[in-house]
Amino acid sequence: MANHTKIRRIRSDLIFDITVNAILALLLLIVAYPLWFVIIASVSDPTAVSFGKVIVWPVGFSLEGYKEVVNYPSIWRSYLNTIIYTLCDVGLTTVVTVMAGYALSRRDFVGKKLFVIYMTITMFFSGGLIPTYLTVRSLGLMDKWPIVFLLGCVSVRNIVIVRTFIQSNIPESLVEAAFLDGCSHTKFLLWVVVPLSLPVISVIALFSAVGQWNSWFNAMIYLRDENMMPLQIVLRNLLVNQTAMMRDVLETGGNNDLAQAQKALSMKYALIIVATLPIMCVYPFLQRFFVKGMTMGSIKG
Amino acid sequence: MIKNSEYRRHTAKMLRKITRNWELYLFMLPVVLLLFLFHYMPIYGVQIAFREYKSFRGIWGSQWVGLKHFQRFTNLNMFPKLMRNTILLSVYQLLAGFPLPILLALALNACAAPRFKRIVQTVTYAPHFISMVVIVGMLNLFFAPSTGIIAILLRKINLLNGNLTTLMSASSFRHLYVWSGIWSGLGWNSIVYLSALSGVDPYLHEAAIVDGATKLQRCRHIDLPCIAPTIVILLILRMGNMVDIGFQKAYLMQNSMNLDVSEVLSTYVYKQGLQNAQYSYSTAVNLFNSVINFFLLISVNAFSRKVSEMSLW
Repeated sequence: MANHTKIRRIRSDLIFDITVNAILALLLLIVAYPLWFVIIASVSDPTAVSFGKVIVWPVGFSLEGYKEVVNYPSIWRSYLNTIIYTLCDVGLTTVVTVMAGYALSRRDFVGKKLFVIYMTITMFFSGGLIPTYLTVRSLGLMDKWPIVFLLGCVSVRNIVIVRTFIQSNIPESLVEAAFLDGCSHTKFLLWVVVPLSLPVISVIALFSAVGQWNSWFNAMIYLRDENMMPLQIVLRNLLVNQTAMMRDVLETGGNNDLAQAQKALSMKYALIIVATLPIMCVYPFLQRFFVKGMTMGSIKG
Repeated sequence: MIKNSEYRRHTAKMLRKITRNWELYLFMLPVVLLLFLFHYMPIYGVQIAFREYKSFRGIWGSQWVGLKHFQRFTNLNMFPKLMRNTILLSVYQLLAGFPLPILLALALNACAAPRFKRIVQTVTYAPHFISMVVIVGMLNLFFAPSTGIIAILLRKINLLNGNLTTLMSASSFRHLYVWSGIWSGLGWNSIVYLSALSGVDPYLHEAAIVDGATKLQRCRHIDLPCIAPTIVILLILRMGNMVDIGFQKAYLMQNSMNLDVSEVLSTYVYKQGLQNAQYSYSTAVNLFNSVINFFLLISVNAFSRKVSEMSLW
């Protein structure tokens, strides 16, 4: 009798294991295939891609698409712009966040509560699109490139994360000892807090970098000058713009431009790779950190 | 008299603390300034929803018109359609998108092969970091009428002859929107549950094994109840945002053929406000939307507190 139930249990567990692995394999395939397809399509022969020969492996290795990307005039300019915006954003965000996080972690900081309330209000209420737009306009920041990172560089959530990290990782005795020796807040922050908080600082830096790299909305609304446009705006014009899409359909219609249309197609795949490459380079670091980052965030706020 | 001197001593101590910590106020200055400029000034500007805003008159100089813009919006022919599009899209998103990350987290948690588990995690988390523009661009490429991979695959198995019309048809907009969102957010959204699952007491499992529970039974009667609070809280948060479809993706996916179902409140706000320069009206629509969301969150929270004794506050 006991043996019988045991067998049944083993069989049930086996079915469970198979189901679990099947679910995971299916989800893996669904998520991975589009990514894989972009990669193989970008290095395949343009003709093979547009005739549907490329499905599992690259066909007729060719870097035609990448050549097109490199030769496209506004790509380099926008790439450089995005790098500049991202560096500025990361610099400003980390400095502002760490300073505020440190200040709020001090116990004898008179008025701490007021600052916390001041910040928390902004988490629940926001002006919305138009009032923000009008504010930016009245501040004279229209068409000035710093606006693309100024708007989003203060994240109350990040400040809370940094504060919690400092509070739980830098012992109070260390603080007291330093101040008895006549250390100032600035020195303490630079020589003790920052080196000890590097894990949390790097998480925040990485996330703001990815956020800025991927952003296009502020640039679309606040910038007019073509030379200031970030990469994502150029991507949008090439990948999602409806008129561009229509033009491609028309071009495929005419025989003369067939080769051109095929080139344009593989250029799009190459473009996706080129635009996403920096993120994929930092992804291993992100992945190592973000589970930690998420749980840090959920401690408070 | 004594009270007075004590009070004075207290003030002196406080002042000393403030002067000693003057750097801390300096450290707070950028945050205070940036929040003031880019959060408080816009919040102050929301009042133009009740005024007839004219740029040359400024906020205070513009005429007060009360609820005129709100009335205009609710009397609009498009109003029911806008609300319907917005709500349908978010309900669909919630129903289809909410359970899958939980399933993924439970499966990952139950997976006995650590390497396979790591691979699945690495791959499924990745799309979260791909930009919205690229994701919509990929959709356009994959579902392209004749050269897209979907059309090619469908032709291979004889489910399609001719061109694929998914991108152009209004009826498939919601499916595309929701399922591409699930594709990109699946792994990322499962992290919360996975970290909740890692907090499950291993003794519970050991006890269950001794009692002869199968893996399925343990998953259903130990893991699932343990992450139930997390599920409820996230559900409340998600339902609080029910009438809030993010602008970016809907706008990127819009084309003249699917406008009938793809026009949602946020894209309408953008078009009225920035393309037609109807600042006051657009602000009013946005405010209307925020107020609905606010009440939704409060009522969902109250309901949950009554039913399950779990709530945000």
